Amino acid sequence: MRLDYYMIRVIKDRIALGLVFLSLLLALIPLFSIVYEVFLRGASAISIEFFTQPTPTVGEKGGGIANAIQGTLITIALASLIGVPIGLMSGIFLSEYSEHRLSRLVRFFNDVLNGIPSIIIGVFAYTLIVLSIGFSVTAAAFALAIIMIPIVSRTTEEAMKLVPLSIREAAIALGIPRWKTVTTVVLKGARKAIVTGILLGVARIAGESAPVLVTMGYWRWWFEGLDRPTANLALNVFIFGISPFENWIMLAWGSALVLIMLVLGINVFVKAYVWRGY
Amino acid sequence: MWMKNSSKNFLYFSSSRRVAGDTIFKIVSAIFASSVLLFIGLMIYELFKGSWLSIQTFGFLGFVLGTEWDPVAQVFGALPLIFGTIVVSLIAITIAVPISLGIALALSEYAPKRFGFATSFLVELLAAVPSVIYGLWGIFVLIPFLRDHVYTKIQALFGFLPIFSGYIYGGGVLTASIVLAIMIIPIVSAVMRELFSQVPSSQREAIIALGATKWESAKLVVSYARSGVIGAVILGLGRAIGETMAVTMVIGNKFKLFPSSLFDAWYTMPAIIANELLEATYDLYVSALIHVALVLLLIALAVNVLSRLIVWRALRLVRGVARE
Repeated sequence: MRLDYYMIRVIKDRIALGLVFLSLLLALIPLFSIVYEVFLRGASAISIEFFTQPTPTVGEKGGGIANAIQGTLITIALASLIGVPIGLMSGIFLSEYSEHRLSRLVRFFNDVLNGIPSIIIGVFAYTLIVLSIGFSVTAAAFALAIIMIPIVSRTTEEAMKLVPLSIREAAIALGIPRWKTVTTVVLKGARKAIVTGILLGVARIAGESAPVLVTMGYWRWWFEGLDRPTANLALNVFIFGISPFENWIMLAWGSALVLIMLVLGINVFVKAYVWRGY
Repeated sequence: MWMKNSSKNFLYFSSSRRVAGDTIFKIVSAIFASSVLLFIGLMIYELFKGSWLSIQTFGFLGFVLGTEWDPVAQVFGALPLIFGTIVVSLIAITIAVPISLGIALALSEYAPKRFGFATSFLVELLAAVPSVIYGLWGIFVLIPFLRDHVYTKIQALFGFLPIFSGYIYGGGVLTASIVLAIMIIPIVSAVMRELFSQVPSSQREAIIALGATKWESAKLVVSYARSGVIGAVILGLGRAIGETMAVTMVIGNKFKLFPSSLFDAWYTMPAIIANELLEATYDLYVSALIHVALVLLLIALAVNVLSRLIVWRALRLVRGVARE
């Protein structure tokens, strides 16, 4: 009788072991499938034209995504120009005045901001900027910058806290005031980790399409100015992906390939870098 | 550990000498740090302002309870969208939670450390894949697979149930939920894993010393961290509610109060904003869409703040006990 009960427990244990690893497998299958399909279908879209030609019009053969690559780079650069300094300074404050009441508040709302759906941040940029100056790369960059700020802020805070106390002490021993110690010595020590944080932020906003859609709309041409929209890789995937034209769908997979290489590339690079670093 | 409190000690060292530059530095960085509060405040204000016309026309509650969406007749109501968003997210979280729990246990309790490291990295990559790529994959890979190999079989077996009846388009409620589940599994499992790794090993040692199996010890770990697990689930729900592009691409985008089955098309709040904001031709239409965004923001904020508070408290609780 007692042995039977024990056997049931052992069997339960074995079943649980199987289920636990099965769930791991279930989660990894989509990842492999996505990477496999994007590389397989995207590769057939790749050609020299693909990287040098702008988007084709309806019915036109060929064409590429050169304008989308240009537009994405400009949008990311502009968003980083706004988001990185704010995130960086915010992270410095959080690490230097860690116990300050404002720090606790900001840390909490950083998390909250991180959880606000990106489409809402897009609508925010729409009401604030699009309604006054129109659909533009500026509005998109503003939305993406807000998405970026919590990421940069958090990684900067963590990076600065990892700088050893002895380095700070050395600076104090030289009679250097605190602000100078932080902006030169500590920041320099945390530089590499901060850069990886910024890269993660870039990877995140490069793949964002919802806020880009409501702030720029779809734009088929080259960059024309900061008050005009630009083309965008993530938006290419959406617009071409739901289109009925064979060559447009091909371009969607090609854009997805470029995008996934950028995003996963940054993530793998950062992870490998962090592993080696610590 | 002295390293951990470095900034505190540093304050002590430097307090003997006050420099004007330090005060300026503190104020300037504090202003940048406060910008997060400013942005969130401004966001709420802007969305209220933008939806004012709609609030005046339909009333805030009248809009939330309205069941019509007719741009030609200029009548707007969000109830079907709210239902759509919440039901699709709930189905997604129902699929995602057991799998996330399994992953978190596999990585924190079962797997050897090195294997756990590599695998958790792969799971994290899943979180980095952009939403539109999930959508594209959903349209061209997942939908044909589900339609031809899964849904037809489910219907053959359970077709007598109303939720599995009707025409199978491929896209629809269940497909959107499955895509969403795949997208939120990384974050839910990461939070759960963090919680489980904080459970003191004395707990596991004690129950194993009593002759428990691995599974019984794992169950103890889960129940030890249960309030945090609930927080993680709500966090995943928050993510699912706001997800836009992937859902838009696979759900079918049909405005109706209830779909006829799990295979039918439906609509969600983020999806209608993405699809119609650019095409909205008159002020009330734009205002109604911003009103949808406002409702979505309020729901997302409530869910997020709730989950953060629960996870924070649970982590502190688990760590606090661990220290003693």
